Order: sequence, then C-alpha cells, then structure tokens
Amino acid sequence: MTDPNTDGVDGDSPPENDGHRFDRLPATAAEREVPGRPTRAEVVQWWEQRYGIPPATWEEHTFWEKGNGKLWAFAADVVSPIPVESLGLRILRTRQEHWKPSTDAVQRFGRAATENVVRLDRTEAERFARGEDQELPRWDGDWGYVIAAHEIADGVEPIGVGLYLHGELRSTVPKGRQEDLS
Amino acid sequence: MQPLERYASIVDEFDAFRAACDRPLPSVVRVNTLKASIARARAALDADNVEYEATDWHPGILRLEERGPGTSWPYFHGWLHGQEEVSVLPALALDPQPGDVVWDACAAPGSKTTQLADLMDDRGVLLGNDNNLGRLSALRHNAERLGITNLVVTNQDARNFSFKPFGDRTDDENRIEAVDRALVDAPCSCEGTIRKNPDALDQWSMDHVESVVGIQKGILRRAVQATRAGGTVVYSTCTFAPEENEAVLNHALETEDCELREWEPPAGFETDPGITEWDGDEYDPSVELAHRVYPHRNDTGGFFCAKLEVTG
Ligand SMILES: C[S@@+](CC[C@H](N)C(=O)[O-])C[C@H]1O[C@@H](n2cnc3c(N)ncnc32)[C@H](O)[C@@H]1O
Repeated sequence: MTDPNTDGVDGDSPPENDGHRFDRLPATAAEREVPGRPTRAEVVQWWEQRYGIPPATWEEHTFWEKGNGKLWAFAADVVSPIPVESLGLRILRTRQEHWKPSTDAVQRFGRAATENVVRLDRTEAERFARGEDQELPRWDGDWGYVIAAHEIADGVEPIGVGLYLHGELRSTVPKGRQEDLS
Repeated sequence: MQPLERYASIVDEFDAFRAACDRPLPSVVRVNTLKASIARARAALDADNVEYEATDWHPGILRLEERGPGTSWPYFHGWLHGQEEVSVLPALALDPQPGDVVWDACAAPGSKTTQLADLMDDRGVLLGNDNNLGRLSALRHNAERLGITNLVVTNQDARNFSFKPFGDRTDDENRIEAVDRALVDAPCSCEGTIRKNPDALDQWSMDHVESVVGIQKGILRRAVQATRAGGTVVYSTCTFAPEENEAVLNHALETEDCELREWEPPAGFETDPGITEWDGDEYDPSVELAHRVYPHRNDTGGFFCAKLEVTG
C-alpha cells in the first residue's frame, strides 16, 4: 500500500492503485501513470462494443478507480484522489480477462443497449430475479456477460447481468437484491 | 409521565392528535423518476395488481393498500422507494437544483438523500454524510438500487464536518469549500414516529432530549457555516419537542448569520406554525415561519421543518 502523501514523490517505483481512495481514470493511455489502470477511452469503448451503448451516454460522467479494478461513474467532477466512502455508482470490474458490469450499472444505463441483451419471458425473468441459473438454448448471441431484460409497462427494462455459457444463463443478481416476484 | 401530554397546551384538537398517534401508519412509496416516469411506475404497479392511491398533493407519492413495496417488479427495478409521506417535506423545502452542491449532514439511511438526488436530476454534487458507519451502508445500498450517480458518501461527525477530502484550501479547480444548500435532518427523540414504532417513547426522558439538543445545535451551526451566503439550510426533525425544534433554531439565529424564510408546503398539506414560547422561554418571533406537522392533520407521522437563508 502506498502512502498517499508520498505518492509520485518516490521515484523508484511507479505509483500504485490505493484501495482507500478514488482516483480519476486517465483520459487516454498516453496520460496513464498507474500501471494497469484502465482509461476513460477504453471504458466508453467497451460499453459501446459489447452492448452498443452510445459513448454520449457517459458525456456528463467522470470515471474513478477504487480497489483493484473496481470502476465507478460519478455525475460531476471532484478532486483526485479523494478519500471518501463512495463516489457515484459502481459500474464495472476491470483488470481481469472479461470485464464484468454491475447490476446497478446495467439497471441504470442498460436501456440504451442494443447488443447482447437477452430478453426473458415472465417465468424466465422471475427465475433470474430469484438468482437462479437456467437453461436457455435459444440464445445464439455471444457467450459471457449479457444484459438480461424483460418487458414491463410498455418497454424493455434491464433486470441485471447474466453470464451465458454452454446453453445456460446464470444470474449474477447479488444476494441482497434477489427477490421472489412470482 | 406520558411525554405527549406535554403538548396538550400547544396542539389544537388534542384528543384527535392522541387518537391519530395510536393508529398505524399507511405504507407509502415515492417514485424514483431517475429510473422511471411516474406514469410508467404506476402502470407497472397496476399490471402487478398492487393497489395504491396517490396522495392528493403529489402524483408520485403513493399510499399502498397492503403489502410492502419490496416484492414487486417496479421496486426491483429501483423505480420505487419506501418513504414515509411526511418525510418528503424537507427536500421540497430545500428545493435543490440540478448542478447545485448540496450537503445532507445526517443522511442515513437515505430516504431524503435519494429524494434530493431525484430533485437534482442526478446532476451536481450531493454530499451524503452520517457518523454511523452501519447506517451508511444502508444509505449506499438504497442509492445503488435507485441508480444514483451524483452522491458522494462521507463518514464524519457533522458538528465539525471538514471539506479537507474535497480539496479545501488548495488551488484545485474541482475543490469544494462550501455548499449551496444543506439539509439537517437531525437525530432526535423521535416522538413523531410513534405511529410507526409504538415503543418509540419507551426510552423517552428529559435527559435524553437535553443531550440530543446539544448535537442538534452543533450540527445546525456547522451547516450554516458550511453554506455560502445566500444559500439555503433546512432543519427538520421527527419530534414535537420545542426544545429540539424552535429552541435549536433560536440558538442558530443568535449565534450564526442566518434568518428564517417562509416556505409553503404543497397545497392540501396542512401544518401549524412554529411556537414562540415554551416552558418559560421565549424564542425569536420568526420561528413562527417553521412548520409543525401533527399526525391528525394529514394522517401522517409527526414532523418539524424550517427553512433558513444564510446571510453572512
Ligand atoms: C433522523 S436520522 C436521518 C434520516 C435520514 N435523513 C433519512 O431521511 O433517511 C438522523 C441520523 O443522524 C445521524 N447522526 C447522529 N449524530 C450525528 C453526528 N454528530 N454527525 C452526523 N450524523 C449524525 C444518525 O446516525 C442518524 O442516521
């Protein structure tokens, strides 16, 4: 763990990620100081490539890292680094092979998605909300993290993040949010 | 002594007041318009066969007939948040605008914080603070479920809240050194929650009231100091005790640069004015501009709410 006060002063080792505070993401790779830290450009591009979420969705938001690879979106800008309990909404887990979006991010921003959205019928949606895994052979899109959605009140609404593998849709709805809605 | 008997001399229709305090409170939800329009949330409740009635003063505040909101699709999606009807008032009085910097000094578990975020259209900076870490995790959970992105959560004693984490006294262009508006929804003796928690008054004692008064005064003073000149501070409690209400305002008026301001609750919501005399003490006449909410007037919990402008 680096001491925030000596960060960047110590010339021997590069600055590290510090799990006790939020650091703003660099805009691009050219501005990156902390090794392995994703850039704003990569994050915006990832949402677009994986889910078709337009980059303009994030225009008003700044992106932050706290903890190894956990990214947060904040509606304004503040000083960086900032030692607070939380900052905006946790949207994404990075620094691993397959980046994983959060339930909160998908519920808030997933309506704009056009790709890798798995539409569930009533019973399937109820299973998903309970946190259950289910066979879903009809899906012929990508494997990996998908947005599970259903139709409600005349629109398609994202429910959460599914992991699709070998014909099975796994629900990643966190325990505290699982609900029996049948 | 039954603490509520203290108020026989200041509450009109005291019998109706006592009777209302004995009735349970209806379950109420607020639509989170950051995630769904009021019309869409109501359509989803209809489709789920959840019976409700909109309050006559706000189409997005719904009284449910029966079950709690937790087990319905619109709740799962974060379109609804359970919030007592009367507790909607302070955020309306504060009237935050998108782009403002707002401090919620005693924020957990966040009913009012999340309502403030909604009123701000999730823009600007909302500082949600509480000194109780356990309660802060409930605040975070609620804000996440509702999809709020403009909230910064801090864990400080509000009496000496510091902007140091926000770059106070640096030349960083993103520093925050004062706020446009502050809400002090103070810890209190909770007399007004008797309809929700029938044992709310079991622990009541004058000693407890006096100890909490010191905290209330300290937090309100700090809120006035932390707000820019011309900014707004709202003070609210869920108690009837004048020691915790008008007397605390009086103390802020005497020690800090601020003045009471008139504020009208939504049409159809009936309140009583603040009182200027209690138990041999006299308060600044302007505390009359504060609002006392008695349970028998609107069939809600009890409440107190005042709006101040910072002048110095
Ligand atoms: C009435 S409750 C707040 C309810 C909240 N505003 C809401 O609408 O959900 C009062 C809160 O003040 C907090 N508190 C008590 N003393 C405090 C202090 N000195 N500094 C900051 N918070 C304090 C308590 O932990 C409690 O969560």
